[in-house]
Amino acid sequence: MELSHKKLRRARGDVIYDTIIFIILTFLFLIVAYPLYFVIISSISDPIEVSAGKVVLTPVGFTLDGYKEVFKTRTVVRGFVNSLIITILGTSINLLVTIPTSYALSRPDFTLKRPITLFYILTMFVSGGMMPTYIIVRSTGLLNTWWALVLPGCLGVYNMIVARTFFKTNIPLELMEAAKLDGCGNTKFFIYVVLPLSGAITAILCLYYGVGHWNSYFSALIYIQKRELWPLQLELRNILVMNTSVATKQVMTEAELLEKRRLDALKEMMKYSLIIISSIPVLVIYPFVQKHFVKGVMIGSVKG
Amino acid sequence: MRGNWDLLLFCVPGMVFTIIYHYIPIYGVQIAFRNYKMKKGIWGSEWVGLKNFAKFFNSADWWVLVRNTLILSLYSLAAGFPVAVILALMLNSFRHKRYRKVIQAVTYAPNFISTIVMCGMLILFLSPRVGVVNNVIRALGGETINFMAEISMWRHIYVWSGVWQGMGWSSVIYFAALAGVSPEYHEAAIVDGATKFQRVLHIDLPFLAPTMTMLLIMNMGSVLSVGFEKAYALQNDLNLPVSDIIATYTYRRGIIDRDISYSSAVGLMNSIVNSILLVTVNYITGKLSDNALF
Repeated sequence: MELSHKKLRRARGDVIYDTIIFIILTFLFLIVAYPLYFVIISSISDPIEVSAGKVVLTPVGFTLDGYKEVFKTRTVVRGFVNSLIITILGTSINLLVTIPTSYALSRPDFTLKRPITLFYILTMFVSGGMMPTYIIVRSTGLLNTWWALVLPGCLGVYNMIVARTFFKTNIPLELMEAAKLDGCGNTKFFIYVVLPLSGAITAILCLYYGVGHWNSYFSALIYIQKRELWPLQLELRNILVMNTSVATKQVMTEAELLEKRRLDALKEMMKYSLIIISSIPVLVIYPFVQKHFVKGVMIGSVKG
Repeated sequence: MRGNWDLLLFCVPGMVFTIIYHYIPIYGVQIAFRNYKMKKGIWGSEWVGLKNFAKFFNSADWWVLVRNTLILSLYSLAAGFPVAVILALMLNSFRHKRYRKVIQAVTYAPNFISTIVMCGMLILFLSPRVGVVNNVIRALGGETINFMAEISMWRHIYVWSGVWQGMGWSSVIYFAALAGVSPEYHEAAIVDGATKFQRVLHIDLPFLAPTMTMLLIMNMGSVLSVGFEKAYALQNDLNLPVSDIIATYTYRRGIIDRDISYSSAVGLMNSIVNSILLVTVNYITGKLSDNALF
């Protein structure tokens, strides 16, 4: 009697709790999802309807003019191609540098393990700052080249730690010892045994570094003045953030006013399409790699 | 081979670039104490001692900059930190596992949007003429608000858009940690008649304490290094009184105005304060609990 009463009360408390959690999480879900969804439907709706606030749940007056406008903008297309090259170049260099370093530092029998790890950890806390780094980049002749975007950050310390933890837990030391007995050196062992076993970590690093390169604009803002070399993010900045407005006549006829309204609206619409297009590389791979991203965070959170 | 010295070769490329682009600039910080001239180079420029620092502290800017930076960073921390923890706790105790996966996938997604796109979306949505937000305000009979020009709004926009973008991703680490809670605790608590809410509050939350402390210390170490990218992208002449932070100031004075030594001095001062804060917070948390970082 006593027990069943308790059980009933507990159940009711939990039901209330579960309901509240359900409502809050659904609310958060909508808060995050709706703006993203709104960008998508606005990019394919009639721009006049969008700015009039008629587009709420479904696209109104379907059109692909925004996308056509984006593809007609030469600077954007060039920026897109530049960003692709920078991302591929940068990520390749990141992998070439990070993977061997992380493997070496994961080996407990490597004499210099501690000092070199410290050498990298220190860079997380001490830095020369913007200007001294700028001077060195300039004096090594990297200004106005893509190398300035990829060489200074060729090894991300956080990513290195993630990879090191991966090697520590996934390459058994016994394997190394067995290979050594067979006369296999460290380099051979790394190429023929370690690398074939590092698919998962390579995927994680590719994603972390790749998204980083694709999304960054700070280095390019500082180091690259030549517009032909600009990455997409800098071109986006001009259009989305700086709002390069065109001077207009003060007095206009009815027809001119209407035309201007249409052009203004088209310009606004292009922004939505631009957001979608610039996010495509990340959006396309995101569903497939989400679990890898998360795995990376989990590996990184294990102290090691 | 004893000591495996050949593994050093694996590390050489990374170390070379790190020395050139990270350690040499640290040595180059001395331009903060010099009057840097491009022709004379770092080591040839005239030594002026603390003149650049004095210039900063004598200017009207310094207090505004430090205050803006501190407010922005502490406000971000105060808003983002609890949201991430609470989100992880809610997700962990959520009964519908498949729906949970959907919520997680969606809340992580904004983390991968670039800063520029994020700021572009904000500016679009908040635009006085065609923005959605103002459409809603007008529909409800309110006055149009020019959000990006409104000084009193800027910090809230900056911080809460950051929470929007980062909450899912920052909750991952806590969510992962919660997998380590032994089910026995929960079973014992159920037998004792604890409700689900009580169990979350008294079992799950304390379990996260070490992770929370670790991240808090890490964050405190960078209170004065608020990210340049977002603040700069959201900056305009009208909101400059609240949006100008140390990082954007360093950029403007150094890269645009070419006052290189002065800009370096401001940057150096920033790093020193960061280090002091990191060590202090670490010391305090070490005294209060066993969770200090080093």
